[in-house]
Amino acid sequence: MSTTTPTKVTKPSKPLRADTQRAEAENRLGRRLVAPAVVIMLLVTAWPMLRALYLSLFRYRLTTPDDRSFVFLGNYGTILSDPLFWRDTWNTVLIMVITVGVELVVGFAFAMVMHKIIFARGVMRTSILIPYGIITVVSAFAWQFTFSINNGYINTWFDWLPFIDPDTNWFGDHWHAMFAIMVSEIWKTTPFMSLLLLAGLSQIPEDMIEAAKVDGATWWQRLFKVILPNMRAAIMVAVLFRALDAFRIFDNIFVMTRGAQNTESSSFLTYRQVIEQMQLGMGSALSVLLFLTVLLLAYLIVRAFKVDLSAARGEG
Amino acid sequence: MATSKRGNVLGTWFGFALIMIWCLLPVVWIISLSFKSPAETTAGSPQFFPKAWTTQNYKDIVDNPDFTRALLNSFGIALSATLFSVVLATLAAYAIARLDFRGKRAVLSLALAIAMFPVVSLVGPLFDMWRTLHLFNTWPGLIIPYMSFTLPLAIWTLSAFFREIPWEMEQAAQVDGATSWQAFRKVIVPLAAPGVFTAAILTFFFAWNEFVLAISLTSTTASRTVPAQMSYFVGADPFNPPYSQLATASVVVTVPVVIIVLLFQRKIVAGLTAGAVKG
Repeated sequence: MSTTTPTKVTKPSKPLRADTQRAEAENRLGRRLVAPAVVIMLLVTAWPMLRALYLSLFRYRLTTPDDRSFVFLGNYGTILSDPLFWRDTWNTVLIMVITVGVELVVGFAFAMVMHKIIFARGVMRTSILIPYGIITVVSAFAWQFTFSINNGYINTWFDWLPFIDPDTNWFGDHWHAMFAIMVSEIWKTTPFMSLLLLAGLSQIPEDMIEAAKVDGATWWQRLFKVILPNMRAAIMVAVLFRALDAFRIFDNIFVMTRGAQNTESSSFLTYRQVIEQMQLGMGSALSVLLFLTVLLLAYLIVRAFKVDLSAARGEG
Repeated sequence: MATSKRGNVLGTWFGFALIMIWCLLPVVWIISLSFKSPAETTAGSPQFFPKAWTTQNYKDIVDNPDFTRALLNSFGIALSATLFSVVLATLAAYAIARLDFRGKRAVLSLALAIAMFPVVSLVGPLFDMWRTLHLFNTWPGLIIPYMSFTLPLAIWTLSAFFREIPWEMEQAAQVDGATSWQAFRKVIVPLAAPGVFTAAILTFFFAWNEFVLAISLTSTTASRTVPAQMSYFVGADPFNPPYSQLATASVVVTVPVVIIVLLFQRKIVAGLTAGAVKG
C-alpha cells in the first residue's frame, strides 16, 4: 500500500533526525489507519467502474454469454443516437432543477422559521427529521396513495381547484405523474436542505443584520445583501449534494410509475438495461455515461459557486 | 413596534404549523391507511380516516413470512454495515484529524467523489462480479457496498468531531497520574463517543433506506431487505396494489426510524451539519 521512499541520510544534526524519523513513523501510521477504509471504498467503486468501462466496449448479453463480441464504441453510438436516452436525460435534468429549486426556497423558509422560533424546538427538530429518516420507498408509497384515484385524498380535498376533478388520474399522463414524483422527492429531502441552511444561517453574526437594519435596509435588502451572501458556503454544499442526489433519482420512479408515462430517469434506464434486459454491454456504456454526467455536473456546480469544496467543509 | 412584534410571533406560529403539517401529514396518512380494512381500500376509500378501524393488517403482516424475513435481513444487514463502517471510519478519521501523513487530501477527495457516485452505474459490474464471487443474494453482498457508500459520510462526520476534541487532556490526565489506558478510557472515549454514535446513526439510516442495490443484488427473501421486498408486494391485481398491506409494512419499517429520531434528534442534526458550514 504505502510506498516507502528511501530516506536520504545527508548527515542531519541529531535532533532533526529524530524529528524526521518521528514524522516518518506518523506518516506510516496515518496511512495504515486509512488503508482499510480506502480499500473498501475503492473495491466497490473504482474496480467495478473500470470493469464497466471495459464491458461497455462489447456487445454482451447475459442470456447469451457466448455471443460476446467487441464493438468498440458501438454501444455509445447506439445510445447517443437514441431518442429514448435523450428523453430520459431531459426528464432527469428537469426533475433535478425543479426539485432542487423548490427545496431551496422552501428549505430556506423552514430554516428562517426554525432560526426565529423560541418554543417547541425539540418537537420541531424531531418532526423535521422524520421525512429525512423515512425510507424513500415508503415516501413513494405514501404519496402514490395520496394521489391515488381510488384511495387518495388529493382529489377530494382540492376539488375546488380548476384543474383538479374528482376523477383526475395522477398517473394517467406524463405531467401529472411527473408532478406526483417530484412531490414525493421534495417532501422527503426538503428537511435535509433546511437543516444545512439553518446551520449556515446561525453562523451569520446577529449584529451584522442589526447594523443593516439600523442603516435603514429593508427586509428584502437584508435578505439579498447581507444574509444570502454570507450563507454562500452552506448554500453551495446543500445545492451540490442535493442536485447530485436528485440526479440519481430512482426509488420514487420505480415505486410510483415504473417508468410509465415517459417518466423514466437516467438511473432507471440503466437499471432496466442491466437487470431486466441483462444487456451488460449496453448497460455498462450507460453506466459510464451516467458517471461522466455526474462528474460534469459536480464540476459545473463547484465552478458556478467558485468555492473551494475542501475549504467549505473545513477540511483545509 | 409592538404590532410588528406580534406580527412576527404570529408569523412564526404560522410557519411552525406549516412545517408540522408538511412533515407529519403523509406519516399520519399511512398510519390511517394501515388501519383501513383491505375490503375498504379495494372498494376505494378516499376519505382520510378509516370508516372502521381494524388491526387486521398488523396481524396479517406479522404472519407474512416474507415480510418478517425481510425485516430480519434489513436489521442484520444495516447493523452489520453500520458496525464495520464506523470502525473503519473511526480509524481513518482519527488519522485525518490527528496525524500528518501524505495522501490525506487524496483520501478526502476520494471520499467526496464516492459520496456523489451514481449507485446505479455500479449495478451492472457488481451484479457480474458478485455472481462469480458467490456474493450475489447474500448478506455480505449488500454489507460490503453499503460500507463503501457510508464510509465517506462517516469519515467526514467523525473527522469534524475529532478535530474539536481537546487531545491535550489525555496528556494532562497522564501527568495527573492516570495510566495511558485510563487516560484513553476515561478522557478520550467519553469525548469521542458522541461523534462515533452520530456517525453510526447516519450510516444506519443509509443502509436502512437503500433500494437500488437491494433490488439488483438479491433474488430471494434470503437477503432481500424491506424496501426491496415491499416493491414485490403486488397482490393479485397489478392495477390495484394491496394498499393496506403496503401501508402497514411502511408503518412497521418506519418505527425504528421514529424511535432513533426521538431519542437522538440533537445528535443527528449535529452530525448532518458537521463541517458543512465552516469556511
